[in-house]
Amino acid sequence: MTPTADPTQKRPLGGVLSVEGLDALLRQLQDRGYLVIGPIVQDGAVTYEPIASHQDLPRGTGDEQRPGMYRLRRRDDDAFFGYASAPASWKRYLFPARSPLFRAERSEGSIQVDDTPPVQPRYAFVGVRSCELAAIAIQNRVFLDSNHPDSTYAARSKDLFVVAVSCSDPAGTCFCQSMGTGPEAQAMFDLRLTELVGGSEHRFVVTPGSPAGEQVLAAVPHRPATPADVTAATEVTQRAKERMGRSMDVTDVHDLLLRNREHPRWKDVGSRCLACGNCTFACPTCFCSDSEDANELGTGAAVRTRAWASCFGLDYSSMHGGTIRTTIPGRYRQWMTHKLATWFDQFGTSGCAGCGRCITMCPVGIDITEEVKMIQESDRVKTTGEMQ
Amino acid sequence: MSEATKPKLAVWKFSSCDGCQLSLLDCEDELLQVVGAVEVSYFLEASSAIAEGPYDVSLVEGSITTEHDIERIKEVRRLSGILVSIGACATAGGIQALRNFADVREYTSTVYAHPEFISTLKTSTGIADHVKVDLELRGCPIDRHQLLEVVTALLSGRKPRVPTHAVCVECKKRGNVCVLTEHGTPCLGPVTQTGCGALCPSFNRGCYGCFGPAENTNIDSLTSALRATGMQDRDLVRVFRTFNAWSPAFRAAGEKVAAGGVTQ
Ligand code: SF4
Ligand code: SF4
Ligand code: SF4
Repeated sequence: MTPTADPTQKRPLGGVLSVEGLDALLRQLQDRGYLVIGPIVQDGAVTYEPIASHQDLPRGTGDEQRPGMYRLRRRDDDAFFGYASAPASWKRYLFPARSPLFRAERSEGSIQVDDTPPVQPRYAFVGVRSCELAAIAIQNRVFLDSNHPDSTYAARSKDLFVVAVSCSDPAGTCFCQSMGTGPEAQAMFDLRLTELVGGSEHRFVVTPGSPAGEQVLAAVPHRPATPADVTAATEVTQRAKERMGRSMDVTDVHDLLLRNREHPRWKDVGSRCLACGNCTFACPTCFCSDSEDANELGTGAAVRTRAWASCFGLDYSSMHGGTIRTTIPGRYRQWMTHKLATWFDQFGTSGCAGCGRCITMCPVGIDITEEVKMIQESDRVKTTGEMQ
Repeated sequence: MSEATKPKLAVWKFSSCDGCQLSLLDCEDELLQVVGAVEVSYFLEASSAIAEGPYDVSLVEGSITTEHDIERIKEVRRLSGILVSIGACATAGGIQALRNFADVREYTSTVYAHPEFISTLKTSTGIADHVKVDLELRGCPIDRHQLLEVVTALLSGRKPRVPTHAVCVECKKRGNVCVLTEHGTPCLGPVTQTGCGALCPSFNRGCYGCFGPAENTNIDSLTSALRATGMQDRDLVRVFRTFNAWSPAFRAAGEKVAAGGVTQ
């Protein structure tokens, strides 16, 4: 995956893949030693799992997403990529829910530490949406661009091959367009597909975004794209933009949230929020973790594991003397102001890619775009009330 | 470890079904190692041999339902170093705490041929209502991984990790679909304490709340969401009144619905 591609550069026309060509592409990636992960339908949802061929893909499947609700629906066409973002993001491959850190055992007066990192597969992600690439870029920034890059994240992401797919049918909870993160990937992909399903020929307009992508494409049967193909692909993106489910006005959001730390809306949202943490685990940019210690029964050896953590948990802000963020309004406020405001101060980017997962996956349908709107609208309302 | 330095473990039973004690016996792979590491001094479910106290660690199953129980739990407390209450009965009064919502005399006269021989308290309550408890393991029944975590932590002298956050946390870590948002199946996971490994949602069922209320008790908001799945008030009261009916948060949630308190 190449992180930079100059979007101002004149775009190559690229090529056109048939459905058989898509299969050849998947085979080509497998032949090059990649573990190919792509969308499948499982337990009533689209999810990203290892795939063998186009037969595994969610053909003819769309989705419906609203605050607190996700359902699959039957499309009236045969599109392979006609759904929006899947409930579980790619995060679980690059930053798994649990990963081993080390095992330490006492032996004859010394302590033996085994911290050999597990062998990582080389991943090829197929069907990555533009917002998801933006989210991966945000996590790259968090985990890699620091004085102490995260070695396990680096090992998982360094050989990543990305086949992006342009969105055709944004969900009701999508708002990438207003976040400037979609619906068509502009960078960070090796290949980008735009699916053209209506009409005489089910095909994919394919655009390489890196030398690796060019090499793979060269090894896969395809025909050159005609101006008509390119126009049709542009129309897919245009239609997607017109059907964006939600939007967020982010022009002033950093300062807005920081000058409204005492806004009554925090208490209002806190009265609905369950502090269950679902939004943070579903969010493709949330990166918090905790280390968990366990002991083996027979040997007494200590095993340390890194595991996902959520700022909605009480123990998250527990330190000497007690828990700092005791109220649910306080925790929701911490989460949202971090995403949309202090993330800029910390990492120089927004913490939100506009994928809408936190909205869809919230059991009580709390909607980050709505919460911002409410604060925006009453920005000048005098506020009272204390929160911890 | 020599016999002399092995910590002494006792397992006590009050009003309960024995399911939690069975979880200890159910640790098949690990049981021999546990028995190797501790001296099981009192465990009638497993052995009739009784070694005298005091005991370093006592696991207490069951709820307090008689005057005699009250005396006995005080004695157990006196004999125990660390007292761990295990299971929904010991931590919240169990399913038998349904009597707390009714008239126990009516129950006994319905169930027993000679209710006059039954000497029982009006309520079924958890151990912590009567003596100081050092650690609670929730669940109906408890989770054997949590039990082993307690045993291994105490053996190595660290604090056991028994998280108090919601089942959802574990459900998401396991990569399950969310049955509530993705299937529309009622689920108590968001307000139930983790510990079971999100067992029911992993099999496409909603969580039944076996581990009692989680640390965050914003249950009224979930009640509204459950109503939206089509649950009626009668059913809502019932889901809060199962194994952990008498836990303060579930009790309050059920009472609120029963009184018509939580609407949209
Ligand atoms: S905050 Fe919500 S919309 Fe933004 S990236 Fe995270 S899950 Fe997606
Ligand atoms: S916003 Fe929704 S998903 Fe997030 S913690 Fe609150 S209730 Fe759970
Ligand atoms: S299935 Fe239940 S426990 Fe799992 S995330 Fe959804 S609401 Fe939480």
